[in-house]
Amino acid sequence: MDNLQYIFSFNIVLTTLRFAIPLTLAAVGATICERSGIINLGVEGMMLVGAFGGVLGTHLTGSPWLGVLFSIFCGGLIALLHAVLSIRYKTNQTVSGVGINILSVGLTVVLTRVVWGTDGISGSVTQLSTMSIPLLRNIPVLGALFEDQSPFLYLTLIIVFAAWFFMYRTKAGLRLRAIGDHPRAAATVGINVRVYRYVAVVVCGMLCGMAGAYLSIVQNNLFVNNMVAGRGFIALAANIFGGWNPLGSFLASLLFAFAQALRINLSLPIPDQFVQMVPYALTLLVLIGVGRKVKAPEASGELID
Amino acid sequence: MKRTAKPQLPALAERLIYSLAAVVLSLLLATIVMLIAGYDPLKAFGAMLNGAFGSANAVANTLSKSIPLMFTGFAFAVASKGGVFNIGGEGQLYLAALASAVTALALDGLPRAVVLTASILAGMAAGGAVGALIGAIKAKLRINEVIVAIMVNYIVSLFASYMVNGPLKAANSMTAQSEAISSTYLFATVIPRSQLTTALYLGIAFAVLIFFLFRSTRLGFNIRAVGENAKAAASAGISIAATTIGVMALSGMLAGLAGVTEVLGKYGRFIDGFSPGFGFTGIAVAVLGSNNPFGILLTSLLFGALEAGSMKMSYVANVSTNMVMVIQGLVILFVATPEIVSQFVRRKGGKRNG
Amino acid sequence: MRGITKRFGAMTANDHIDFQVEQGEIHCLLGENGAGKSTLMNVLFGLLCPEEGCVEIDGQPISALTPRLAYQLGIGMVHQHFMLVNHLTCLENIILGNEPGKVVIDRKQARARVQALSDQYHFNIDLDAPVSDLSVGMKQRVEILKTLYRGANIIILDEPTAVLTPIEAEQLLSILRDMRTQGKTIIFITHKLKETLDVADRITILRGGKSVALLSAASATPEQLARLMVGHDVVFEIEKPARAQGDVVLRVEDVRLLQNAQSTVSFEVHAGEIFGIAGVEGNGQQQLEEIIMGLTRTKGGRIFYQKTNLLELSLRARRKLRFAYIPSDRLKQALLSHVSLQENFLLGNQYDPQYVRRGLIQKKALRENTLRMMREFDVRAVSAQQSAGSLSGGNQQKFVLAREVSKQPQFVLACQPVRGLDIGAIKYVHNVLIRLRSEGAAILLISAELSDIFQLSDTIGVLYKGELMDVRKAGAFDNESISLLMAGRKEAQADETNR
Repeated sequence: MDNLQYIFSFNIVLTTLRFAIPLTLAAVGATICERSGIINLGVEGMMLVGAFGGVLGTHLTGSPWLGVLFSIFCGGLIALLHAVLSIRYKTNQTVSGVGINILSVGLTVVLTRVVWGTDGISGSVTQLSTMSIPLLRNIPVLGALFEDQSPFLYLTLIIVFAAWFFMYRTKAGLRLRAIGDHPRAAATVGINVRVYRYVAVVVCGMLCGMAGAYLSIVQNNLFVNNMVAGRGFIALAANIFGGWNPLGSFLASLLFAFAQALRINLSLPIPDQFVQMVPYALTLLVLIGVGRKVKAPEASGELID
Repeated sequence: MKRTAKPQLPALAERLIYSLAAVVLSLLLATIVMLIAGYDPLKAFGAMLNGAFGSANAVANTLSKSIPLMFTGFAFAVASKGGVFNIGGEGQLYLAALASAVTALALDGLPRAVVLTASILAGMAAGGAVGALIGAIKAKLRINEVIVAIMVNYIVSLFASYMVNGPLKAANSMTAQSEAISSTYLFATVIPRSQLTTALYLGIAFAVLIFFLFRSTRLGFNIRAVGENAKAAASAGISIAATTIGVMALSGMLAGLAGVTEVLGKYGRFIDGFSPGFGFTGIAVAVLGSNNPFGILLTSLLFGALEAGSMKMSYVANVSTNMVMVIQGLVILFVATPEIVSQFVRRKGGKRNG
Repeated sequence: MRGITKRFGAMTANDHIDFQVEQGEIHCLLGENGAGKSTLMNVLFGLLCPEEGCVEIDGQPISALTPRLAYQLGIGMVHQHFMLVNHLTCLENIILGNEPGKVVIDRKQARARVQALSDQYHFNIDLDAPVSDLSVGMKQRVEILKTLYRGANIIILDEPTAVLTPIEAEQLLSILRDMRTQGKTIIFITHKLKETLDVADRITILRGGKSVALLSAASATPEQLARLMVGHDVVFEIEKPARAQGDVVLRVEDVRLLQNAQSTVSFEVHAGEIFGIAGVEGNGQQQLEEIIMGLTRTKGGRIFYQKTNLLELSLRARRKLRFAYIPSDRLKQALLSHVSLQENFLLGNQYDPQYVRRGLIQKKALRENTLRMMREFDVRAVSAQQSAGSLSGGNQQKFVLAREVSKQPQFVLACQPVRGLDIGAIKYVHNVLIRLRSEGAAILLISAELSDIFQLSDTIGVLYKGELMDVRKAGAFDNESISLLMAGRKEAQADETNR
C-alpha cells in the first residue's frame, strides 16, 4: 500500500528529477562530444574532477556559486586534456578516456589530502541553497516543482533545450552533426573540423563538471573519494539509449533516474542489484535490438589531417 | 579513410626505451604535482621504493600485487592482437572469481589437486564465456565492443554482488562475501605469511604460452591476421567471427585468472567489490608492455611495486596512496601518445649527444 | 594552371603540368589510372598544395588555395567518393557550411534557394530525404547541386560515371550539357574514351604525370586518344601459344549476382583456358569474386570446382582446395601491411602442411619458400622480414602473385590484376597468367580494362547489371560489339520503357 501511494504521489516525480540532473548534464555533454566524432569514455573522470572542483572552489571562496563556476572550469580543463590528446596527438580515444578516469580518481584524492589532510573525504563546505519561485509555487500539485528546488533543476532543463535547439536549429549545430558523421565532407566545404571538436569536447567537460558539482555541493556538502560511482557510465549509456540526441539523453536519464528513485524509496520485491542493472541492461538491449541501425555518429574516433 | 599515425615497427630495444620514457615522464609529472602540493618527492619515492623492495616481505607484496595485473594485461594484449578492445576485463574477472569460489566450495572434501584444478578451470570458463559473449555481439551484430563490454562489466559485477549479498552470503557475516574456502584448496604461499602465492608461476607460464602462441602457431597467426586486416584474413579463409569470438573467449579466460588467483590466492573467498579496477589497469599494463607477454610481466611488476609501495609512501611522506593512480593514469596517457614521448626521448638523446 | 608539380615521396604525380580551361566549355581530363588526374584537380580545389607552379583564375594568380577559398573563387568539386553526410537530409547536405541565417538556420530561405536551383537544372531531388536513402545517381546530383548552391562557375567532376549505370551516366551527361548552355564551365575527369568524345569540347590528356596533349573533341578519334593515353599503339596480341582446352574445372550454375538482376549467371572455365569477364565496374564483378571465394553468401545456384560444390564448403575448406586468388584490392584483401613478408606468405597457406604442421608454423620451410618465390618473381625487397606495406605497388602485386602461384593452383581467380600498375608490371602479370594457362590452370579473369580482356582471354563473357550478356570466343568480339554489350544495349530499350 505504501508503495502504491508513493508511485502515485508527486514525490516520485521530484525524486526522479533530482536523480536525473547529474545524469542529464553529463549525458548531454557526452552527446555533444560524441556528435563531433570524439569518443569520450572519460565522462566519469570529468564528473569526478568537477565534483572535487565544486567543493574546492566553494572552500576557497566561500560561495557555492563560485564553486559551481570552478567545477565547470575544472571539468573543461580535464576535457581539454582529452581534446588535445585525441585531436592534436591522435591518441586512441578509448585509451585516453580510460587514462583520464584513472588519473581523475587519483588526482582528486591526492588533492583532497593536500587541502584537508584527510584521505578520501573533504571537509564540509557551504551547500548551494535551494530556491522557490514566487507565484508558481502556489499552483496546486505542480507547485512543488517550484518550491524549495535546486537551481540546477531549472539550469538542467534550460541546458537540455538549448542543446537540442543548438544541434537541430543552428548553423553550428548542423555543422557539428556533419563533422561526427563525415569530417572530410565538412572539411571540404570549409568547416574547421578541429575547432568544432575542441569546443565540443571542452563543453562536454564543462557539463560533466557541473554534473559533478551537483553531486558534491548541491546534494551534499563535501567531496568523497570516487563519489561519482559509475554515474558517468550511466550517462554514457543514457546518451546511447537516447540515440545521441540531447532530448533523447534527457529522457533516457529520466528513465534511469526513475529506476533509481524506485530503488531508494520503495521496498521492492526484487533485489537491489537487479534494479541497479536497469540502465546497463536496457542500453545493452537497445544496442543489440537496434544493432547496426543505431544512429551513432558514423565517424566516431576517426581523425582527419 | 581511417588513418592512424603508426610509427615504423620499432625494434624491441626501441620499444623498451619508449616505455621507459613514458614511465619517467609520468614520474616527473608526479614529482611536479608533489612539489606544488608541498610534499618532499625524494622522501616519497624513497619510501615507495622501500615499501616495494625494501625487504623480502615487501618484494613478496609487490609480486603478489602484480599477479592480477599481469593476467588482465595478458587479457587486453591478446584481444588487442585480434583487433578487439577488451575493456571488459572487470566483468570477466568478477564472474570468474565467483565461479571459482562456488566450485571450490561445492567440491569441498575432494582431493586438493582436483578441487584446485576444477576451480581454476571453472573460473576460466566463466571469464571466457563473458568474453565470448562480448566477442559474439561484436562479430555477429557488428556493435562496438567497448560500449557492450562496459555495460556487461556493470551487469556482471552487480550480479556477483547480488549473489554474495543474497544466496551465497556467508552466514553471520557483516560484509558481502561468500563462505571461506578451506585453506587446503588455495594456492600455496611462496614466502610464508605473505600474500605471494604460486599463482605467480601460473602467470609466468601463461606469459610463455602466449609468447609461443603468437610466435609459432597457426592460431596465433590467424588472430593477428584478423586484427591486422580482417578483410585480408577473410580472403585467406580465416573466419572473422569465429576468430573474434575465440580471441575474446581466450582474453576472458585470462582476465578470469586475475579473479581466480585473487580468490584462491589472496582472500580464500569471494568478496564483493574486491577488484579496485584490475581490468582497467590491465589496459595500462598491456599498452605499456606493448602487448608483449614478457613486457607485460615487467610492467605488471612496476605497477605492483607502485601499489605495494604506496602505503609506506603514505605514512612516511604523508602523500595519499592515490598518488599511484595519478602515476598510472599519466602512464596510460603518455604511452598512448607516441608523439609526446618520442619528442621527449629525442630531446634527451640530443642533450646527451651534444 | 601552370607548371604544376606535386610529389608524393619518391613518386612525382604531377610533373610541370600546364592546364587551361576556358569559360563555358566541358573540358575532359583524360588519362589512365594513376596518370595524375585526381592529383591535379585536388591541387586546383585546394586540397593539395603543389611544390611548384601556380593557379590563375581569370588571369589572377591565386596563392594558398584552400577548399574554402576555391569555393569563394567559384570552383566546386564533385569527388569520386561522395562527400555527403548520410544522416543529414539532401537540403542539409547542400547548405552545409553556407547556411543562410545568422545563428539559426533560415530554413525557408535555404529551401527556396536550393529548390530554385534544382528546378533550373531539372535535378528532381527530394530535398527532405536523408542522403542514405538515395541512389548513387541521386547522390551525385546532390553533390552537383552543392557546388551550384555555392555559386560555383567551374565544376570539377572526378570520374563521375565510374559508379553510375549507363542510363544514369547518360542522364548525367545531359545535365552537364545543360549546365554548359547556362554558362558553367565543367572539368570532367575520366578514363573512358566514349563519353569523352560524347560530351567534351576540348580534351587534355595526362600520361605518367605529364600533360601530353590538348585536343579539340571535334577532331579527335578514339584511336588517337587511346594512343595518347597509353603512350604507344595498343597491341591487341601478345605471345599466346594456342592450347587445346582441357576438362571443365569451374562450373558456375544459376548464381544470382545482384538482387535486382533479371537472370542468373552460368558459365564454365576449362583447364588451360583464360575466361575473361568484361564489364563496367559495379555490374556484379565484386559479387562474383566474393561468392566464389565465400566472402559473400548467396541463395540458390551452384559453383562446381571439379566435382565439389563450393557453395557448400566453408571458407577454410575452400582455401584448402588451393586456388590462386588475386583479389581486386590487394592492400585491403591480400596483404597485412604491418606484418613481415614471410608471414604474409603464410596468409592463405595456413592449412598447407608444408608450412603448418599440428598447428605449428614451420618457420624454416616458410622462409626458404618465401625467399625462393620472391627471387623467382623478382620481388624487390631487402629481406623476408620487411613489412609488406613498405613495398611499392608493383612489388606488392608480384609478391601476391608469387604466393598464389606457389600453390601450383588448378584454378586461378584473378580480379583486376593490373590495377594501378605501371606498364612493365602489367606485362609481367600478363606473362604469369599466360604461363599458368600453358601449365593447364583454369583462369577466371575479372577486369575492367578491355586491353587485359582482349590480350589474355580465350573466352569472354560480358557482365552487365549482374547478368552475363553474351559469352563468345575471344575472336568473335571486337571493340565495338563488346562496348555495346557493356553498355547493356540489349536491355537498354526495355529499361527506357520501365521508367
